[in-house]
Amino acid sequence: MKVLVPVKRVIDYNVKVRVKADQTGVELANVKMSMNPFDEISVEEAIRLKEAGTATEVVAVSLGVQQCQETIRTALAMGADRGIHVLHDGDLEPLAVAKMLKAVVEKEQPQLVILGKQAIDDDANQTGQMLAALLGWGQATFASKIEMGSGEAKVTREIDGGLETISVKLPAIVTTDLRLNEPRYASLPNIMKAKKKPIDQMTPADLGVDPAPRLQTLKVEEPAKREAGVKVADVAELVSKLRNEAKVI
Amino acid sequence: MSVLVVAEHDNSEIAPATLNAVTAATQIGGDVAVLVAGSGSSAAAEAAAKIAGVSKVLHADAAEYANGLAENVAPLVVALASGYSHVLAPATSFGKNVMPRAAAMLDVQQISEISAVVDADTFVRPIYAGNAMATVKSSDSVKVITVRTTAFDAAAAEGGSAAVEAADAKGDAGLTSYVGAELSSSERPELTSAKIVISGGRGMQNGENFKMLEEVADKLGAAVGASRAAVDAGFVPNDYQVGQTGKVVAPELYVAVGISGAIQHLAGMKDSKVIVAINKDEEAPIFQVADYGLVADLFEAVPELSKALDG
Ligand SMILES: Cc1cc2nc3c(=O)[nH]c(=O)nc-3n(C[C@H](O)[C@H](O)[C@H](O)COP(=O)(O)OP(=O)(O)OC[C@H]3O[C@@H](n4cnc5c(N)ncnc54)[C@H](O)[C@@H]3O)c2cc1C
Ligand SMILES: Cc1cc2nc3c(=O)[nH]c(=O)nc-3n(C[C@H](O)[C@H](O)[C@H](O)COP(=O)(O)OP(=O)(O)OC[C@H]3O[C@@H](n4cnc5c(N)ncnc54)[C@H](O)[C@@H]3O)c2cc1C
Repeated sequence: MKVLVPVKRVIDYNVKVRVKADQTGVELANVKMSMNPFDEISVEEAIRLKEAGTATEVVAVSLGVQQCQETIRTALAMGADRGIHVLHDGDLEPLAVAKMLKAVVEKEQPQLVILGKQAIDDDANQTGQMLAALLGWGQATFASKIEMGSGEAKVTREIDGGLETISVKLPAIVTTDLRLNEPRYASLPNIMKAKKKPIDQMTPADLGVDPAPRLQTLKVEEPAKREAGVKVADVAELVSKLRNEAKVI
Repeated sequence: MSVLVVAEHDNSEIAPATLNAVTAATQIGGDVAVLVAGSGSSAAAEAAAKIAGVSKVLHADAAEYANGLAENVAPLVVALASGYSHVLAPATSFGKNVMPRAAAMLDVQQISEISAVVDADTFVRPIYAGNAMATVKSSDSVKVITVRTTAFDAAAAEGGSAAVEAADAKGDAGLTSYVGAELSSSERPELTSAKIVISGGRGMQNGENFKMLEEVADKLGAAVGASRAAVDAGFVPNDYQVGQTGKVVAPELYVAVGISGAIQHLAGMKDSKVIVAINKDEEAPIFQVADYGLVADLFEAVPELSKALDG
């Protein structure tokens, strides 16, 4: 069974994001970029399926600028077998990403595609569900546990009220939540080995998809700033302020 | 203009998050219809008809809608969408699961988690964990939108008298089946709609110690939340998590206990009206957003707080 893992290059989660002065977006120049943390979890899960003998090949795919190849290399260093890079310089929206991933899926014929539940830059939380819709496959989103069966997977999902378990027919889409696993660090020998693993490059046109955005971003602004308040000396002062000043208790 | 709101419900009651989505719908303008897709869900449909501002309830009742599986609900939404300019759902785990699937079937780029309506085509949404607010304009023929519930007041649950119309069910897609659920049950208010939330972080050290927070919560009528670190460590279940990748809350009062204040946590609570932080490290970033900060050992401060609330 082949597993496809889409991995996205995003601003590192430790970076304090700054809005550009001209309000066209956020500052990306000279900012540390990393693999979307949820995608590290996806890669880890796929590699574990391979180590368990369930998966035979793990293919990492990234869409975007040339440097997305670094993100693919990270996946290869963790243990993915090969990479696919769809080169595109402009902004990509989830619908366009899903359409291109659909074309990749049709070529590669994986039984399972594991995506992150959301990318931490645009926080859209759409791509996996959209890909499932376009393929007519089942979707197990926000997964915290995956058990592979024959022809189906049993997936535990993190939902607002707690946990829910569904069974999804293969081939299927899974999107990962934080507690599915703890991703490994790539070892130095594996980082070296990853340099030799193949990455295929293609363009949206090769996949027959028009990647033009549908949404127009009119402006990007700083959110309203919150002022730091006061330090209170003790619990008695805290309770008195909450009762008499803030009047919230 | 006419807006369809996809209701979240448990077949008998309408989830409060639906009421926030109805308010967003009324801000867009035009008639507001609510879709209740369920099984044995007449009570939920009747409750939806009472929501103020709703002019029509579409009720699809069939076995395949019992558990809100996206593969079954999305085709129903798609079949109904052509009659509407906008289709909305609350950005809950249900809405986030169903709506992008419907959007892709309609060939529409969804707009996720809007926090404001500028006009019928233009919306504001937080990106980068709320560190930037993007104003986006859609030219899609139908707008598919999820609504950040904390950004819109709840519509009144009573006062409306909409007609309930039956909608045709679309059958079982046969792709997924529901196995079961482990839902947290609690007498306390629901986290995302509670007026007061008290959350614990890694500083709580273990699950047992959360009892201290529960005691305070019960005296205040508060819900209990947590940081990711506390959930990952197994102190409390996943549905307690507040933050960028957990729940977004905006109560009147948010009390953060033993939480450092990482960007990802702040993303889920910084719109709270009043924030209190209790942390032994006076440099903790949580103090930069706290209205009232108490530098103290939580194992002394929380029991003291509990006692002070008796007085
Ligand atoms: C004003 C503005 C400016 C922006 N500027 C830029 C920019 O300059 N550069 C930039 O990179 N982004 C930029 N973005 C973000 C970009 O538009 C979004 O990332 C895009 O809309 C996809 O949303 P998402 O990744 O949040 O999707 P989600 O649905 O949250 O992603 C979920 C999962 O889908 C998969 N996935 C998504 N995208 C890809 C991908 N490209 N390759 C592989 N897998 C993927 C991953 O598995 C990911 O975990 C900008 C966004 C805005 C609003
Ligand atoms: C992709 C991604 C998504 C994430 N999503 C979320 C999310 O949704 N929500 C979230 O919360 N986090 C999220 N995080 C994690 C986030 O980055 C932080 O790691 C997390 O919030 C830290 O939790 P904490 O504040 O409880 O722990 P810590 O940062 O370890 O802080 C513990 C605090 O407790 C204090 N303390 C310890 N003992 C005591 C005592 N006896 N008395 C008083 N104070 C004490 C310490 O001074 C410290 O400030 C995410 C991270 C990633 C990478």
